[in-house]
Amino acid sequence: MKKSLVRPLFAALAAATLLPLSACGSSDDSASGGSDTTTLTVFAAASLTDTFTEIKKEFEAAHPGVDVKLDFDGSSTLVSQIQGGAPADVFASADTANMDKLTQDGSAQAPKDFATNVLEIATPPDNPAHITSFADLGKSGVKVVVCAPEVPCGAATQQMEQKTGVTIKPVSEEQSVTDVLGKITSGEADAGLVYVTDVTSAGDQVKGVPFPQSSKVVNTYPIATLKDAKNADLAEQFVDFVLGSDGQKVLKNAGFGQP
Amino acid sequence: MPVSASRDPLDPAVSVRDRRPRRERSAAAAGPGVDVGLPRWLWLPAALGGVFVLLPLVAMVVRIHWADFPALITSHESVEALTLSLKTAVAAVVICLVLGIPMAVVLARTDFRGQSLLRSLVLLPLVLPPVVSGMALLYTFGRRGLLGHTLDVLGLSLSFTTAAVVMAQSFVALPFLVISLEGALRSAGRRYDVVAATLGARPTTVFWRVTIPLVLPGLLSGAVLAFARCLGEFGATITFAGSLEGTTRTMPIQIYLYNAGSDPDSAVALSIVLVVVAVLVIGVARVGRSAL
Repeated sequence: MKKSLVRPLFAALAAATLLPLSACGSSDDSASGGSDTTTLTVFAAASLTDTFTEIKKEFEAAHPGVDVKLDFDGSSTLVSQIQGGAPADVFASADTANMDKLTQDGSAQAPKDFATNVLEIATPPDNPAHITSFADLGKSGVKVVVCAPEVPCGAATQQMEQKTGVTIKPVSEEQSVTDVLGKITSGEADAGLVYVTDVTSAGDQVKGVPFPQSSKVVNTYPIATLKDAKNADLAEQFVDFVLGSDGQKVLKNAGFGQP
Repeated sequence: MPVSASRDPLDPAVSVRDRRPRRERSAAAAGPGVDVGLPRWLWLPAALGGVFVLLPLVAMVVRIHWADFPALITSHESVEALTLSLKTAVAAVVICLVLGIPMAVVLARTDFRGQSLLRSLVLLPLVLPPVVSGMALLYTFGRRGLLGHTLDVLGLSLSFTTAAVVMAQSFVALPFLVISLEGALRSAGRRYDVVAATLGARPTTVFWRVTIPLVLPGLLSGAVLAFARCLGEFGATITFAGSLEGTTRTMPIQIYLYNAGSDPDSAVALSIVLVVVAVLVIGVARVGRSAL
């Protein structure tokens, strides 16, 4: 009799652990190249998903035979993966703090700033709570969703609260900008604080409410080649491409600022 | 062994097919006192599987900074998350029992066209990615969901509340309870129910005095499975309820946040607490079950 409890537990635990995995799926979107292609692996912050996918296409067009593999995730997650030995050639971080971790332990070399980003208020398209200023976020009864202070966009939110003297009482502190946007697009929240580029990429799904104080907290994006890069020359070329006019144009169109 | 296979709560198909009384099946499986033994090649993949499951746990334990451990798990955030997780999981299991027992009885004791299709649909949260479950809940009970307007008129707002956490957990855990209880009901058969009814007991009396006592072990397994699933629930909660300390931020969400926010030490410490709680629950259930 005893064993019959253990068996279903194991079965269910297996199911419970496997199911969330299937949700993650594979983020590897690269076509398997022929034997004569060179692969360059770029780890980039999640907020760079649209722009780096565009830059990848242009870079591949300019460098025949090169296959750029992109891996997007939160900067701190990518840092721990790189420190854990993940095979990456280039790392583009959403903040300097995470890049510093890699330069300090020697895994990244000479990072260069390639973009800046500022916060913007996002509301559902009909702006149900009539948000027009940063101070409106502090009003009672307004359902505001922000990033948790532990992640970069949340840290920026905290700084903004300090600089403006507005205290936000959020209904939820999400772990990423994407999660904040999800709460806005579904209409559950009245407003959220995300980056200006996220408002641009969300299109009609959200309404952006710019506020003048946004320039007080500027987030800088550094990019660097990694020490263990398999193809250091190519990695260097990719970094130059991002810093060059082609890359900068893509970033500017998405709403990023120039450092 | 076909006996245990038929009681496997994750495989209703087997228990549906095999409706012979348990004793009959046991006899057929055991054969006339011959020790079959195990094929020797079985040991290698079995051992590999064991290592595959246990090694990551060991790796996590090794990673703990024991000196900081007490401070890490008694931090304000950790205690809030653990309390919330336990409270919501208990509430969700109660909901699962109230809804799941009747569901399992109906599925196990009735036979109608399209029943297997209905069962598959009802058990769907078992195979859905939790995020999808969360989205489905959002589209139903959210502010702009199917019932959003009705709830609004009633003055109810579910999103970002602890109630939403309980709902998300109940939604994903319910199939675990239903499936194990249904298996137990099918294994137990109807013989005793029939005897009780013949002796003049009304259906309700049969249900409480015969049917349920017979499947108590299965019910307990189901409740434990559901509780464990509730404790581990992440995707549906974060999608439907959000994440706010003390209100909606359960253990798994706090762990994920610690890990994403470059505080892996706290994340590992809290993970160990979650593992210990899960092991305790399983242990208590085993003791309780053998006492039944």
